[in-house]
Amino acid sequence: MPTKVKKNHRKEERSLFALGNEAVVEGALLAGCSFFAGYPITPSTEIAEIMAERLPRLPDGVFIQMEDEIASLGAVIGASLAGRKSMTATSGPGFSLMQEHIGYASMTEVPLVIVNVMRGGPSTGLPTSPAQGDVQQARWGTHGDHPIIVLSASNVQECLDMTVRAFNLSEKYRSPVILLLDEITAHTREKIQIPNRETYEIFSRIKPSMPPEWFVPYEESMRGVPPMPALGEGYRFHVTGLTHDVNGYPTSRPEEVEKLMQRLFRKIDQFFYDIQIIEETACEDAEVVVIAYGCVARSAHLAVLQARELGTRAGLLKLKTLFPFPRPAVERFIRQCRAVIVPEMNMGQMSREVKRVNNGLSSVRTLNRIDGQIITPAEILKVLQKA
Amino acid sequence: MAEVTQLIHHYLRHNKRFPHVLCPGCGHGIVLGSLVRSVHQLGLTKDEVVLVAGIGCSGRIAVYVDFNTVHTTHGRTLTFATGIKMANPRLKVIAVMGDGDALSIGGNHFLHAARRNIGVTALILNNNIYGMTGGQSSSTTAENCYSTTSPYGQQEQSFDIVELAKAAGAPYVARSTVLHVKLLDRIITTALARPGFNLVEVLTPCHTQFGRKNKFKTTVDMYKWYKKNAIPLDSLSKLPQEEQNQRTPIGIFVEENRPSLEERYAAITCRLEEASK
Repeated sequence: MPTKVKKNHRKEERSLFALGNEAVVEGALLAGCSFFAGYPITPSTEIAEIMAERLPRLPDGVFIQMEDEIASLGAVIGASLAGRKSMTATSGPGFSLMQEHIGYASMTEVPLVIVNVMRGGPSTGLPTSPAQGDVQQARWGTHGDHPIIVLSASNVQECLDMTVRAFNLSEKYRSPVILLLDEITAHTREKIQIPNRETYEIFSRIKPSMPPEWFVPYEESMRGVPPMPALGEGYRFHVTGLTHDVNGYPTSRPEEVEKLMQRLFRKIDQFFYDIQIIEETACEDAEVVVIAYGCVARSAHLAVLQARELGTRAGLLKLKTLFPFPRPAVERFIRQCRAVIVPEMNMGQMSREVKRVNNGLSSVRTLNRIDGQIITPAEILKVLQKA
Repeated sequence: MAEVTQLIHHYLRHNKRFPHVLCPGCGHGIVLGSLVRSVHQLGLTKDEVVLVAGIGCSGRIAVYVDFNTVHTTHGRTLTFATGIKMANPRLKVIAVMGDGDALSIGGNHFLHAARRNIGVTALILNNNIYGMTGGQSSSTTAENCYSTTSPYGQQEQSFDIVELAKAAGAPYVARSTVLHVKLLDRIITTALARPGFNLVEVLTPCHTQFGRKNKFKTTVDMYKWYKKNAIPLDSLSKLPQEEQNQRTPIGIFVEENRPSLEERYAAITCRLEEASK
């Protein structure tokens, strides 16, 4: 059940015994989210339910339940254009329906956050056992070449932290950000710290400061991220999913198309190190490193500690940013270790990326499970000892 | 005439490259002109108007006018409009859609926007065909009409947009053709001034894709057909029953007052704020 919070903005740090989904809401509100549109789907529904209770109590907070996930993301884009920090939450089948609008948000550079609590697929699949089968869909699900930021979380505290990071990155780079959770992380209840909002770094989109007649909505700049006014603030401009020129008007002139596409990629690429979030455990002298994300990273953590006790110099590289793929971090361990192990609850969606980077330098071992059950520490330990 | 042209020029974007995408004889420009006159008559500022458009020929008209304009995805116009209106109820949100856009791919969103009574004025520019993609049949292509995807005649029954909107609970439902410009100006102005979901269906000819396949030799023939076929709603009942079924009534079909979604939401937030004091 959602926690009752009477005061709208609590300033002091506090702790909470919370569900992963609940922590997402806490993180979103901390980041300044004031708009949520969604459609019920297990195992993400608690996010919508808690938002439905919390948002109407906030000044200007808006919750709306839409008719489907396509509509949910459409409303979220609309609200973001109107100046709100906005989000939605869903799971596999709903995430599939959202793909069209992820491309739109990417093309029109609309900041927003999508939480996808992964369950087993394809199709209706396994409602609602955990899986990690939407990793490549999060990267490439929408049509066309496009940049995207995909994050993940492996425990309840991280659900909160990564939601805040998701909002910050989306606002900073005017990009949709997908937070991939899994059913286990979303439905685990743990004690978390809700930080003091005064000390937490919160980033909001940069608004234009020039007079409206000087404003060029998609102008080239060093940062590559144009300032973004809200609808109705006096900066009238055209938003379109068509390839557009700097004024926002549709164009098919090759030089203008090229410029737009290059800028969209550059704005993410050049700030790669700001976007790459990883966590290393016992990696300094490791000979075998486990690369994991989401709930599997928790199993891997224990497996690595046990392997150390048994004399294997094991380490854990936990990926919190999945895309853009943290290539420099992974490459380091490929050079350092005799083997890297990628356990994941799919048929090898992230190990593909690792193998691509590996180029035969090290041995990449996979450990896959697709039966709706978590990969246990014992299973990872077994592979660790053989590697 | 010169005054009207000047008025419209005031609302056009002067840095937008022309020519526009519309074919000779297309009615979409007439609708845009009517919309501009209505905005002007109500004294709305350019900054407070948000024109949200879908995909298709109708979707392209937003780019030419100097409002806040959002060209969305196919069929999803009303979902964007819903988000914008809920996020900032002070904005005057207008959705422009085509018939295929609003009723085929976007049919579900259309029903729910009407049911919710979200504060959006929805203009459906109904030309009974998919124009931009080359004349395929839409959900408003009449039975036995020809299109590139119904080369032997349309076998499916078509939607009546007005009846659909009424059934879905829209509190304002009106229809005009682009030939009946005074009526069009009047209903768009009324719709824009009202809270809640206001639906205006505009019958607009597409000679290029519909007319040529359906025995209309020129665009003028299509306008003549509108003139002959359309009948004011109050005159309809005076006709014999069998003739009534042949004609298309125009006018205001529903005009009721119901609180809009954003008003009801504001009432809830006020109540909660009071309770927490």
